[in-house]
Amino acid sequence: MKFSSQAVAKPYFIFAMILFAGQLLFGGILGLQYVIGDFLFPYLPFNVARMVHTNLLIVWLLFAFMGASYYLVPEEADTELHSPLLARILFWVFAAAGVATILGYLFVPYARLAEITYNELLPTMGREFLEQPTITKIGIVIVALGFVYNVGMTVLKGRKTVINMVLITGLIGLAVFFLFSFYNPSNLVLDKYFWWWTVHLWVEGVWELILGAILAFTLIKVTGVDREVIEKWLYVIIGMALISGLIGMGHHYFWIGPGEYWLWLGSIFSAIEPIPFFMMVVFAFKMVRERRHEHGNSIAVTWALGTAVMGFLGAGVWGFIHTLAPVNYFTHGSQITAAHGHLAFFGAYVMISLTIISYAMPIMRGRPQGNSLQAQKVERFSFWAMCIGMMGITLALTVAGAYQVALQRIPGDAEALSFMATQDKLMPIYWVRMGFGVLFIGGVVAYFTSFFVGGKLPEAVKIES
Amino acid sequence: MADQFNKGMARNIYYGGGVFFFLLLVGLTLDTLRVLPERDHRENITEEVAHGKELWENNNCIGCHTLMGEGAYFAPELANVYDRYGQGNEEAFKAFLQSWMSIQPLGVEGRRQMPQFNLSTDEVDALAAFLIWTSRVNDNDWPPNIQG
Repeated sequence: MKFSSQAVAKPYFIFAMILFAGQLLFGGILGLQYVIGDFLFPYLPFNVARMVHTNLLIVWLLFAFMGASYYLVPEEADTELHSPLLARILFWVFAAAGVATILGYLFVPYARLAEITYNELLPTMGREFLEQPTITKIGIVIVALGFVYNVGMTVLKGRKTVINMVLITGLIGLAVFFLFSFYNPSNLVLDKYFWWWTVHLWVEGVWELILGAILAFTLIKVTGVDREVIEKWLYVIIGMALISGLIGMGHHYFWIGPGEYWLWLGSIFSAIEPIPFFMMVVFAFKMVRERRHEHGNSIAVTWALGTAVMGFLGAGVWGFIHTLAPVNYFTHGSQITAAHGHLAFFGAYVMISLTIISYAMPIMRGRPQGNSLQAQKVERFSFWAMCIGMMGITLALTVAGAYQVALQRIPGDAEALSFMATQDKLMPIYWVRMGFGVLFIGGVVAYFTSFFVGGKLPEAVKIES
Repeated sequence: MADQFNKGMARNIYYGGGVFFFLLLVGLTLDTLRVLPERDHRENITEEVAHGKELWENNNCIGCHTLMGEGAYFAPELANVYDRYGQGNEEAFKAFLQSWMSIQPLGVEGRRQMPQFNLSTDEVDALAAFLIWTSRVNDNDWPPNIQG
């Protein structure tokens, strides 16, 4: 570690992993509720469990992004973090707000939660992924502003590398586009239209900048490839991500009210969205092939390559299969959507978080060349179990979605099966999904275990060219 | 990448492309906002409809159902529930929704359960008004059939 202040990242990463464990617990419960409809009812209705599952994901990814920024920005800027104290304070504020909100979801009926948090003063609750009480949303804005200020001041006083500039643009975008979550008019169409300005412009916009910056930073470190080369790739990849993704937002505007030209714009531009993800695969493998040294932390290299591949599959391929308007007309809001959501979030954002944690945590624990070979072996097992588990979940949901479309969407009014009757037919496939879910959870358990495996630490090897 | 393609060009693709397409998005949004009133028939958003939307949100209905295909995929689509159960008659649909909401949870073993939300008669009527309004938004003829 170059600067002692980078260590503020550690609690962020640890807390992110705790929330990740919670997310999985609720994911498992949701999977069971798909096959045993009344499982845990009425104590934990599906809507509550789902809200906890998705909100924990969002919050832990934000923790991971913040940890990643605190770790890499000082190193890139070649200076200490502007205020480690502010970073530590914001950690506790965000952690407390996050935990309080989740406990609120679990122990207070949602309508009562809306009442006691004075939702009627500025109604923002009850919309997918933005279920947080308004007061929590305000807290998120405060934390985000303090965080962007802290990281921004560090960037300003230090070396302005491409990675830092791209990262800070992404983080500012993250804070700015979250503000749309406060706009909730009575007109559902306007509500939905601008809801996507937070949700889409996060995951298919500014988050990709953050992902690109973290991936580029890790690749520089583990491969030793010349910064100039990596930065050029980074610019082109995220440039393509914005060029395709901004108007690509049109694929969300097909069936919620906006006009017909979005059918064309959304289809064409989102068909280009896989390209930056494909470039990321080429980039990652090329950099690793041209590496200047053999970093002792080889599992971090595996995570970086895995992020590129799984991100391409989840966001690129699984996005493309249902993004063209004539296809989406039949698949919109089916299990195909769920399949894409799972693989895209895992492949792109979960895996980039695990990449930077896998790279940076050992360093912060005094192991500059990574954990022991035994620990890396366990982590390698966890990598494959998670990837295969999530691939299995995705394939199962894709089959379920295709069958759902065939039974419920394609036939005319007279022959189409009802939603609930269709779900009964999909039951065996949901059991298969559950099986892969167990494999995934096993992978995460192995991942956590790897943090506690000891052994002899590895050393770096320079490659002679 | 080839040497003649330098970092300056790459940077221009990022900043130039990003700014250009963001401005294009803003322009298209302004155009969409201009034509939306005809498509979303906002003149019919009565106080009752607005109240229905609040109830929809405050009870986190989106946590199980989809509305215009967005939400969770655990329970039926509701943007066309009026078309499915109303037979074009608003009063009949309201009566249907009153009785449907009152008998929840159904309590069939192993079946997915909808919680009892304890809404008043007026509140269920407001929810119905909101769903009826939603069913009439011009959404490019989605979903493909009555089952949603």
